[in-house]
Formats: sequence, structure tokens, C-alpha cells
Amino acid sequence: MLELKNITKTFNAGTVNEKIALNNINLTLEEGDFVTIIGGNGAGKSTMLNAIAGVWLPDHGSIVVDGVDITDMPEYKRAKFLGRVFQDPRMGTATDMWLEENLALAKRRGKSRTLRWAITRKERDEYRDMLKELDLGLEHRLTTKMGLFSGGQRQAVTLLMATMQKPKLLLLDEHTAALDPKTAAKVLELTDKFIKEGNLTALMVTHNMKDAIAHGNRLIMMNQGRIILDIKGEEKKNLTVEMLLEQFAKASGTEFMNDRALLG
Amino acid sequence: MDMLLSLLRSMPGAISLGLIWGIMAIGVYVTYKVLDIADLTVDGSICTGACVCAILATNGVNIWVAVLAAIVAGMLAGFITGIFHTVFGIPAILAGIITQLMLWSINLKILGKANVGISARTIKVIITQLKTSNAIMALIGFVTVVIILLYLFFGTELGCSLRATGCNLNMSHAQGINTKVNKILGLVISNGIVALSGALLAQYQGSADINMGRGAIVTGLAAVIIGEALCSHISINFGVRLAGVTAGGVVYYIVYQIIVWAGLDPELLKMFAALVVALFLAIPYLKSTYFSYTPQFKAERKMRKIQARLAKKEAQLAKKAAKKGGKA
Repeated sequence: MLELKNITKTFNAGTVNEKIALNNINLTLEEGDFVTIIGGNGAGKSTMLNAIAGVWLPDHGSIVVDGVDITDMPEYKRAKFLGRVFQDPRMGTATDMWLEENLALAKRRGKSRTLRWAITRKERDEYRDMLKELDLGLEHRLTTKMGLFSGGQRQAVTLLMATMQKPKLLLLDEHTAALDPKTAAKVLELTDKFIKEGNLTALMVTHNMKDAIAHGNRLIMMNQGRIILDIKGEEKKNLTVEMLLEQFAKASGTEFMNDRALLG
Repeated sequence: MDMLLSLLRSMPGAISLGLIWGIMAIGVYVTYKVLDIADLTVDGSICTGACVCAILATNGVNIWVAVLAAIVAGMLAGFITGIFHTVFGIPAILAGIITQLMLWSINLKILGKANVGISARTIKVIITQLKTSNAIMALIGFVTVVIILLYLFFGTELGCSLRATGCNLNMSHAQGINTKVNKILGLVISNGIVALSGALLAQYQGSADINMGRGAIVTGLAAVIIGEALCSHISINFGVRLAGVTAGGVVYYIVYQIIVWAGLDPELLKMFAALVVALFLAIPYLKSTYFSYTPQFKAERKMRKIQARLAKKEAQLAKKAAKKGGKA
């Protein structure tokens, strides 16, 4: 479903601020894989997701999604294959536009935008049903501006928008990090539900080891732009935080130093 | 009494001019409010519209064709700014200024000289200041058509994606919207509308002048700001907002007329207009900072200032005392 080959990216090459953000990343995802990604600050987790999403082009390497080479595709074009939810709840929706307009924009992801009406009456009923499933009372607020919703509501809507047109790959970039624990749990629950119901392939970056262990069928740990651990199958099911820390120390030669990941 | 009458007599003229600039302000609204770009191309493209219309009309071309050509010319100007901005990555405000400067030469070439008259007696113009009541009716027609077309456009898939582009680039990219094309499209539409107002202005005044666009953006912004103030509490409907912007243009020109009538030196008008616009642009910022402080915060801040001053004075005294002590 996804194939990353030798992806390398260096920021500020040739200056004192040179940083190798991604160092020869190789990763293959099967259809239906739900992979959680953990790692310390600057490990390259978000950078890898941005490389797939096409925020910038990698220095070398190739990205293939479902048999299509998207390495050179501009961000807006590859959006056809990808559903994205960001860390910042303000980033995923157009805050000055209505809830239903946002949904209508997402409904047309990957399609050419014509001079037909942006929203039809039939669609509106569809949206209402979808929102009802979120169980956040949003089905009565179709013509409310996105900016007036809470962070959790926005992330839930963004999640809905990302999966409305079934994406080949769902990219979740710490999408619960900015939320309070209760809301974060709710959004994670929705994430699980969407992925399961749609049988989606997903990559989820998180800073929370417990979440990384509890969700998905595969876990990747990154450090200094490399994938240093890749745990799947039965091994993943029996994983604990202690085991993960031990493995990290062994694989990287250092202690895991990130309170946020341990305490979160 | 005579004075008052002369003011009243000047009102139809002010309303016509206000409507013409109201159309221009709708163009500014598309870039400034919808696309979130401060586009300075308009100073040039309003003049381009006037020049193209004047030259074609004086050469015997049908006035409607001339107006249409003016709109297309304005669209081209917007396209150039759009290319500068999206393909070459020049910040929007500079891209606009560059095109504006370029247009000054182009406008001069189109016009051939600094000023070309459009005589309403020899040419069948759509509006003229010789018949203000007819002009007002025609202008209201133009305004209505422009508003309806824009209202419909921004309700389409493409129009919606253009609004998303102005609101959130990250989200637009994630939803597969080509934001570069949309920005160019927005600039093209905006400058087309601005050029239309230029073409109407040239007919109304009876001439196209190479300097007629100077400071147009300020007038346009003034109309947008007044319009927002007029109708933001009434309705959030897009069509109503655009109508409000046009009304903003009319209010601007009525106030302008009153100021002239009151005897203010017309040479100073641009300065006052600029200051008023600066003030209105500053209001959102001032509201969110200085005017949002609670009385308690203000009192505490005052105390902190006094304390800081006292501490400084004490330090000075201590220094002096130390110096004296040292000498002794």
C-alpha cells in the first residue's frame, strides 16, 4: 500500500544548522496496516509524514502509494490518495467557513472543482448522518463557522473530512496532542472506529507510549531520522512500556529521554 | 440656505462616484477579505480599465465592447500579479506594486498621452455626469449584476475552494485544492471588477487620465471597512456584505462631498482619507490590546511603572552617595 525507499532529507544543508531529518528511511505498509510511530523530539516522525504528504520533496528516495509513484507529485495532487489530520486543531479546517462547507470541500478531494453548486441538499442529509455518528451534537450545527467549535470537535470533523473520501493512506500527525486527556481519548476512539470500519491503512504519530501500544497492529520507533524499531504481530500485542524502553535503549544506545512520552 | 442647497445639489454626483468606487471596492473585497491578500495592482488596473475603454470608445468601437475589453485588460493585469506571486514566489504585496509600476508605462502606451477625453456628445456612453439620475440607475444595475455573479460564483465548488484558499492553506492542500491556481483566479476576478469600475469612471468623468488610479487601494479599503462596519451586525450573508461594501463607497463619497462643501482644502483630502483608513485598520488591533485591558490590569500596570521609577531614582541616589563617599 505504501512503500518508502531510501528517503533522505537534510534541512539547511551546508550551513551550521544542518540537520539530517530523515536518514535513509525504508518502510513498507500492507493494506489495512495501522502503524503507530513514536520517538523523541526531532526523531523525524512528523518529518516522515510530511515527506509522504508532499509538504516538500525529499533529497532522494521514492514514495509509492498503491502502485503509484507520488515522489514528484505536488501536495495538492497527492491529496487524492491521502487523508490528513494535523496536530494543531486550527490547521485541518477552514475556520471562517461553515461546517457543511468544510465537509463539502473534503467530499470533493481528488476531484476537479467545477461551477456546480458546492453543496446539494442530498449531501446535506448525508453530512447530518455522518455527524450524528460522531456523537458530538454537531448534526444541528451545519451552518456554524468552524472557528466557533472546540479543539476536540474540530479534530473530530477533520478526521471525518480525512476519511470521507476513502484515502489510500491516513496520516495522523499527533492529532490528539493539543487536546485534554478526556477529549483526546474520545478522538482516539473515533480514530479506531473510522480505521476499522473503513478498513483503512494508517500512520499515526503519537508522543504517548501507552497509546502507541494500545492502538494499531504495528509499532515503529524512530530516533535521529532513522527507524530503529519495528514491532508487529503477536509481539506488538504483548508489548509493555517497560519492554519498549528496554528495546529503545538497546537499539539506540541511549536512554529514552522524553518525559512527555513516559508520563503522557 | 443656498449653501445647503448646493450641498444637496452635489449629492447625486457623490452617489454616482460612490457607486463606481463601490464596484471597485467589491474587487478589493475579493482579494483583501476573501483571498487574504492586500493587492496593490488595483491602483494600476483601474487606470488600465479607463484607458482601454477611452481609447476604444474614441476610435469608434461600441461602448459595451470597450467596457468588456477593459475588463479583460484588468484581468490580464491581475494574472500578471498572480504569476509573480505564485510562480516566482514574490510576496503578494510586492508583486502588486511591481505590476502597478509596470502598468503605468503600459497605460501611457495605451493612451498615447497623459489624458484622453470621452465626449458624451459624440460618443454613446453608458453613463455620464451630465445625466446623473440615469447614471445612478445604470450603476445600480452594474452593482447588482456584479454582486449576483460573485454571490453565485462563491457558492460553487470552485468558489468554495477559493474561499478555503484564503482561509487556510494547509487545509486546502490537504483537501487537494490547487491554491496557486486559485490565488491567480482570485486576482484575475478582482482586477477585472476593478477595471470595470475604471471604465465606468472614465465615461462618467468624460476622460481617462494617466494619474487617475493613484491611491485607489486606499479608497477601496475605506469602502470595504465602512461596508463591514455597516452590515457586519445585520447579516453574515455574502451578498449582503458585498452590497454593504458598495454602500461603503457611497458613504465615503458623501462624506467626501460634505468635507469639500465645508471648505476643507481639497489638496489635503488624500491625507485625511489615508489617516481615516489607517485608523480603521488599526481598530481591530487596538481593540484586542489596549482596549481589552481590565481596569485592574491598568491599575496594576500603573503601580508597576511607579515602582520602577522609584527604584531607578533610589539607584541614582545610591550611586551619588557612593561617589561622594568615594571622594571623601
